[in-house]
Amino acid sequence: MNRPGLLTACAAMLRRDLTLAWRRRGDIAMPVLYALIVTMLFPFALGPEDTLLQRIAGGVVLVTVLLAMLLALDAMFSSDIEDGSLEQLVLAPQPLALMLGMKILAHWLTTALPLIVIAPLLAGMLHLPGAVIPVLLLALLLATPLLSLLGAVLVALTAGTRRSGMLLALMLLPLCVPAVIFAAGAVAAAQQGLPWLAPIAWLGAALVLAVVLAPLACAAALRIALDA
Amino acid sequence: MSNWIPLWLHKLGSPPTFYRFAGTLRPWAMALALLLGAVALYGGLVLAPADYQQGEAYRIIFIHVPSAWMSMFIYGVMGVAAFIALVWRIKLAEVVAMESAPIGAAFTFITLVTGSLWGKPMWGTWWTWDARLTSELVLLFLYLGVIGLYHAFEDRRQGARAAAFLAIIGIINVPIVHFSVNWWNTLHQGSTINLFGQSKISGDMLWPLLCMMLATKFYYVASLFRRVRTDLLALEGGKDWVRQIAESEAGQ
Repeated sequence: MNRPGLLTACAAMLRRDLTLAWRRRGDIAMPVLYALIVTMLFPFALGPEDTLLQRIAGGVVLVTVLLAMLLALDAMFSSDIEDGSLEQLVLAPQPLALMLGMKILAHWLTTALPLIVIAPLLAGMLHLPGAVIPVLLLALLLATPLLSLLGAVLVALTAGTRRSGMLLALMLLPLCVPAVIFAAGAVAAAQQGLPWLAPIAWLGAALVLAVVLAPLACAAALRIALDA
Repeated sequence: MSNWIPLWLHKLGSPPTFYRFAGTLRPWAMALALLLGAVALYGGLVLAPADYQQGEAYRIIFIHVPSAWMSMFIYGVMGVAAFIALVWRIKLAEVVAMESAPIGAAFTFITLVTGSLWGKPMWGTWWTWDARLTSELVLLFLYLGVIGLYHAFEDRRQGARAAAFLAIIGIINVPIVHFSVNWWNTLHQGSTINLFGQSKISGDMLWPLLCMMLATKFYYVASLFRRVRTDLLALEGGKDWVRQIAESEAGQ
């Protein structure tokens, strides 16, 4: 039998997931709309004072993006479990961790990237100073893949269960505390004119660790959840 | 000649043997826990002098600190049991890991409640976003996540394995959370009791504390054994040894 090479398989996996996401473009817009609505509610709830909104802007954008990603996380493997293609993936000769890594990448591209694109708009709605926005984007660029990777492991663990929405939040939120602290720390430091590189470097280190370990953990978790 | 220890451990891993073993040890552990707990409470609440700065209010330390130790100790036990359960697929280790979680969550909850009761007169607030308080709260959520995941599966063994995996992820994450939170904000005092070297606490106050620590350990053993025994009966419901127990109980 002629096996396709690893790169071909990775490319095919990525292309498949992106095509599927593109055919259901409405789903991609949902987290973006959710983030817009949540951000819009803050001025209503706290009052429209510029100084107050400015102070909380960085944190609000980060938490909003995190919640929007959490909302979309549930769907990472659900359709593949329903039609059985995930089992095929487990049986495939290619390393499962690599294939799952591609799926996570596709998921990040379709859910987190749109959120990062509108992040400047969200920050603008809350009057975050323009000079801080690049730092916010950098923090998001490092923190969102971290959340996708961590989330993928947990979604894989809940793959065999029916009701996983709230459970996923309960499991993910404690684990993502460091990501939130470092990302928000970088934005807050930049806002006060302090050096902000240290928390960004921490985020980068955590991301490197997660890129290496999370796909492996995800594969192990999926094997546990699927073997009945 | 010297291989009786591994042999004994191997036997202990089988549910009927552990059921009997735990049944014999449990009353002793519970009795020791009650005795040591009573002695520690008497020593801590009556014999120990009042603190020069905090007055009588410091006495909550005799509940708060042992619970805090147990909250972390039990997470460690759960992590080790989870690792054994996943690597060697030992049913007993799965049960021990899963039945440790509610006890650990209870100790974590006690730590948080007594801490906030203590915080009100000392710091003037029930809750503050301090590093230690926050990581203890995160620990509680980790426990709840493990318990929740365990119960989300139809099949209990599959649920136990998934939750065991989550417990191990949590173990890797706990130091990261701890240091990130420390870096973020700190008010809680550092550790006073040093295992190696001089402790910064008077001996009158130290011995009830250590006594209570032992009491909580024994309570954990007693409580864990009781839970594991019940769980083993439920898991092994169809097996012969459970039927024998049921018949002998019915015959009495």
